[in-house]
Amino acid sequence: MKKILIADDSPTMRSLIVSTLDALDDFELVEAANGFEALRILPRGKVDLVLTDINMPDINGLELVSFVRNNPLYKDTPLVIISTEGSRRDREKGLALGADAYLVKPFNPEDLQQLVARLLS
Amino acid sequence: MVNQAIDDFLAESEELLEKLNQDLAELGEDSATGRDNPDLLNGIFRDAHSIKGLAGMFGFDDVAELAHHLENLLDNLRMGKVSLSETLLDCLFDTLEGISALIRGKAEDSEFTQDITAYLTRIEHLLSGPDEDPADPFAELNLDSALLDVLTEYEEHRLQETLKQGKSLYLIKVAFLLMSFDTELAALTDKIKESGEVISTLPGVENDNPEMLAFRVLCGTDVGVEELQQQLDFAGLEIEIVADPTSAETSAPAATELPGAATVLRSTDKIPASSSRSTPAESPAEAEVAAVKNKDSGSARSFTSTVRVDISKLDYLMTIVGELALAKGSIAQLCVEMQADGLPVARDLEKAIHALERRLNELQSGVMDVRMVPVRQLFDKMNRIIRRMAQELGKKVKLNIQGGDTELDKLIVEELADPLMHIIRNSLDHGIEPAERRLALGKPESGTISLVAAQKGNHVVIEVHDDGRGIDPEILRVKGIETGLLSADADPTRQELYNLLFQPGFSTCEEVSEYSGRGVGMDVVKSNISALSGMIDLTSEVDKGTVMSLTLPITLAIIKALVVRVKGKDYAIPLNAVLETLMLEPGMIQTIEGREVMELRHQTLALLRIDELFKLAGGTVDDSEFVVVVGFADKRMGIIVDELRGQQDVVIKSLGKALSFVKGIAGAADLGNQKTILVLDVSGLIGETLQREGVFGV
Repeated sequence: MKKILIADDSPTMRSLIVSTLDALDDFELVEAANGFEALRILPRGKVDLVLTDINMPDINGLELVSFVRNNPLYKDTPLVIISTEGSRRDREKGLALGADAYLVKPFNPEDLQQLVARLLS
Repeated sequence: MVNQAIDDFLAESEELLEKLNQDLAELGEDSATGRDNPDLLNGIFRDAHSIKGLAGMFGFDDVAELAHHLENLLDNLRMGKVSLSETLLDCLFDTLEGISALIRGKAEDSEFTQDITAYLTRIEHLLSGPDEDPADPFAELNLDSALLDVLTEYEEHRLQETLKQGKSLYLIKVAFLLMSFDTELAALTDKIKESGEVISTLPGVENDNPEMLAFRVLCGTDVGVEELQQQLDFAGLEIEIVADPTSAETSAPAATELPGAATVLRSTDKIPASSSRSTPAESPAEAEVAAVKNKDSGSARSFTSTVRVDISKLDYLMTIVGELALAKGSIAQLCVEMQADGLPVARDLEKAIHALERRLNELQSGVMDVRMVPVRQLFDKMNRIIRRMAQELGKKVKLNIQGGDTELDKLIVEELADPLMHIIRNSLDHGIEPAERRLALGKPESGTISLVAAQKGNHVVIEVHDDGRGIDPEILRVKGIETGLLSADADPTRQELYNLLFQPGFSTCEEVSEYSGRGVGMDVVKSNISALSGMIDLTSEVDKGTVMSLTLPITLAIIKALVVRVKGKDYAIPLNAVLETLMLEPGMIQTIEGREVMELRHQTLALLRIDELFKLAGGTVDDSEFVVVVGFADKRMGIIVDELRGQQDVVIKSLGKALSFVKGIAGAADLGNQKTILVLDVSGLIGETLQREGVFGV
């Protein structure tokens, strides 16, 4: 079963993403409420896709993207930033750091489903 | 599913709004004292941002739009493009209020909306400053581009600010065990924050030990590198100077180590999995222990592992716990019978029951604990109301909060909001004088309202102090006679005169005296407080101020009760109100003015007969054997009963609206043996009895 890590500090947002993906396929969905939790979850077995918010306390989404991309263990893991349309710079930086896609909140559930299906195929 | 999701949205946004309100209040205080707190401001920004994102997902475009503007304003504020003024703070509070109103409306009807143009225009007006887009300001900096790349726009701004303020910029390199990195890193950032600011935390990749996780922490501070190294006593920690305005060698990255600190290791050094570290974390297992200890010391923030639960689920749990206690009671009873029969197993059973009882008590206090919230939540709401009202009334008022950490049942906190608001409004409107008058009286120009909470045994006392004009008992006396609540020849005590304020009749007549307003709705406040099994008291001194004090039980759900029997019927008296029980001896009861009283340690104690109160048939006075002395706040009274049946845990259930007119009953309780008994409302009975004894002559 494919494992997807969802990092977002809003529990409601996480459960929205979970319910969007639950409708799609049989995934193992792991939630992280902040960057710390994400860092803890990553070494616990292969993660096939990371979905992350940018604005999180302690370790932000960009830092998480950089960590994943620069770590030999995880560097090929597909990565999607899901964040509110905030700063254009933040978005450009995210993509420059190696995120595969950037989805703007509020996202269309179908867009997320298609994106995830494409990245995991 | 959709409804559940909307409920989640409502709960989370309510939580966010509550936090925003608190944080904005703190921001206001900080700005008044000239303190700069970028973390706080950034947290506020993030919360507004979260509300926007959530509202957008649910198609609540009006909320999203307003939150977007709020976020925009906060973004400009944290980026230093606008500065924090009273006007701006008011605008922030008002916008928050606007968002709350929209969300409250949507809780009732998801189609609800309101015109938000006024809010939007106000924010746009505040933001009409210039919008600059600076060129790369960090080109000169000796900083790895990998680090600059992960900075969000806000973090870039903080970096710029740090440099602008002439602070030193350091890059701290450190590695922690994977088992405990979160607590250790949190401890490190807390330490850094004591003297500086953390700009970015980048989980490192240059570490080749799979059990370690390296971090690079970019921070700005006023302290020198050696001092910082001393403060940050972490094994393997290394500090690199990125910018040091006090030194000429800004451009040379100087790795320094604390002289004499043998435990300092470079994070880039190879660290064997579990050796050569002289920290307490020698092995992963011990590291875990160290991490736990760390949490205890309060220096580390743990994961946000919060679960949001509907209070009704906790009520349900509480009921189950209560019923378990009742079941235990039945078993204990059986045990007593077995002992009486001389069964040898009874002894073991008794032990088992004791063990069960201990665990049950733990379970009960655990569930109770979950329901507890600090009254600060409530006080912060009041802060906003006071701000607004003071503005409307053109009065200057300072709010002083004490004991905000005192905890109360969530349900009580919710129910307390309206009465407390009412009391504060009265204090502000009728208590605090206009500035000129205060100055004339030699008082400080701004009035002070203090909210003070403290736990006293099983109760929490919340006091509202104001340093206003106070209440003149003489004026109350005159009005009492006018309204017929007081007979012209009565000689009431001061306290009895204050009690007039809580009389329904007293509130309706306005004019006449400048104090009349204090009476408006105070009867409602009192009945609200009584409904929570609480009590309200008032003391006042003319020209000095007034203190309203609310005494409330810590929780409502489950109580220990004294079960008493009167005329063959059982009643429960909440144990927290019972002071003592006395055996009645002939001649103890005296009659004064047709009322039964008794002398107790040189004080006259009013007595109440339950059989008379509930008009129970049969029996004579001689049957009664005991007096249960009950007290609430500083009031005392004796209840005459036939028999004391013992202590028991009872779960109070409401009698429902249909029977709410019955006085003296707080609810019904299940005794476990399929018997339901009535629970006496002690505070209500005391009020009633003392009133009858007093001046009002019902």
